[in-house]
Amino acid sequence: MEPGAIGLTLHLAAVTTLVLLLLGTPLAWWLATTRSVLRPAVEALTALPLVLPPTVLGFYLLILLNPTAPIGAFWVEVTGTTLTFSFAGLVVGSVIYSLPFMVQPLHGAFAAVGRGPLEAAASLRARPLDAFFTVAVPLSVRGFVTACVLTFAHTVGEFGVVLMIGGNIPGETRVVSIAIYEHVETLRYADAHLLSAALLGFSFLVLLAVYGMNRRFPVRAF
Amino acid sequence: MPSDLDIDLSVALGDFRLDVAERLPFAGITGVFGPSASGKSTLLRALAGFESARGHIVVAGETWLDTARRIAVPPFRRRVGFLFQDARLFAHLDVAGNLGYAARRAGDADPAISFDDVVGAFDLEPLLRRSVDALSGGERQRVALARTLLTRPTLLLLDEPLAALDLYRKAEILPYLESVSSRFHIPTLYVSHAIEEVGRLADRTLVLTDGRVRAFGPTPAVLERLDVQSIAGPLEASVVIEARVTGHDTGYRLTRLDVGGETISLPDVAHLDIGATARLRVRARDVAVATARPSALSIRNVLEGIVAELVADPDSPFAEVLVEVGGQHLRARITRAAADELALEEGQRVYALVKSVSLDG
Repeated sequence: MEPGAIGLTLHLAAVTTLVLLLLGTPLAWWLATTRSVLRPAVEALTALPLVLPPTVLGFYLLILLNPTAPIGAFWVEVTGTTLTFSFAGLVVGSVIYSLPFMVQPLHGAFAAVGRGPLEAAASLRARPLDAFFTVAVPLSVRGFVTACVLTFAHTVGEFGVVLMIGGNIPGETRVVSIAIYEHVETLRYADAHLLSAALLGFSFLVLLAVYGMNRRFPVRAF
Repeated sequence: MPSDLDIDLSVALGDFRLDVAERLPFAGITGVFGPSASGKSTLLRALAGFESARGHIVVAGETWLDTARRIAVPPFRRRVGFLFQDARLFAHLDVAGNLGYAARRAGDADPAISFDDVVGAFDLEPLLRRSVDALSGGERQRVALARTLLTRPTLLLLDEPLAALDLYRKAEILPYLESVSSRFHIPTLYVSHAIEEVGRLADRTLVLTDGRVRAFGPTPAVLERLDVQSIAGPLEASVVIEARVTGHDTGYRLTRLDVGGETISLPDVAHLDIGATARLRVRARDVAVATARPSALSIRNVLEGIVAELVADPDSPFAEVLVEVGGQHLRARITRAAADELALEEGQRVYALVKSVSLDG
């Protein structure tokens, strides 16, 4: 086993989930409530990481984030480190790569809540933000759990994007999937077996938890 | 401060258009009656701010909407209590949680309605810890009504609160609806497509069809109009008249009432005091018409009046006669053949034979 790779993977997944929770929630809310003509375009953009090969995503990120590109250069200016081949760069890549796994369940959950309870909240003097946190969020709690778990798990399974923009730096960018790849490349099958089995078991348990939870908590929030 | 509800608004929803310009007294219950898709609910939703409207809404001197001055107060700042047909209780909170949600956000606005007042008035004590899912339809509406009152609204908007309930549940919740106006004194707009509900609850009634106001005035006067009756449908055709109790006949167990100088008698309603005003519902099919005062007849209630309106649809076997009795109107449903044979015409003196009368509310 490789504690470094496993720890880094979990760390990356946790940070990515947190960032996406903050970015994805308003985006999903906007998608569920807007009447804007831009909605289909934004929806399509959000779903792109589902269909694009991770290498394509990684390639563009490499172009955008490398120190000679404006964003990459700005990052070097501010932090003194590069975005490419760093943990921060992996977070950026993972956030984009896992975006649909956060946004789509939340979008669905918010849409299922509908206008009714929010109108009721408004008629009870709740301001929009108040109504969002006291009515929409509790009624969508299952959507939040699903979104977070799927985002976390999907980030754990990330490979292509990491390979493109992160490389294989122990403690910085060497996540479990990369470690497995390297073990196979160097013909250390026993190590590859161990990590693969761990990832397989972990993924199954996560999904089991999600589906089990959906069964146990019907609509009730708490 | 002008104490009325000054509405002049138009709402466009797809092909449908609602235009209402009316000044409603800011007191008691105003019924909003009309067939489905006539714009009743849209009117209420526009007042609450849930539908975007053009025009103006001024509630007791407070401007909620004035598109000319670019004012549109958002729904959460309009002090309306909105009772939805489907209650819309929050499923993630229990009954007490739902009530508390409203109470916490009401601030110290007038009227000062307290949690305990409302729980007492609506008999909610045994339900407080109940989950919302475990409530019956009638209980849900009771909780929703209580929750609405706890926001301390200046105006109550009730959107068909009984429509989703069966007859038994309706009877259970009606007294609570009546108590809202009498006990908490909040001006109320009551939307319904059921003429009995409007007749029972509303002091005055606004009739909407196809997004336009067809009639507005005191409920008895509005509901007796034949064009309004035709909206209600033939089965429900009836009028509500107001009568003053003049005496109780303990021997025959009858109560006598005065309707514009004419006397009507009812099977004993002892709880009505002499001098009190009662609302009587008279169904059109229980009224016959004679051109001379009939004698030797079992029907006791014979009221002298004048034909105010006669409507005979050539495609129907029936004719509708509106008979004015001392300033109020009775509606009679007779056959077209009978109307022709009696040579009835407007302005003619007739006798309305009333077979049965029921006390309304």
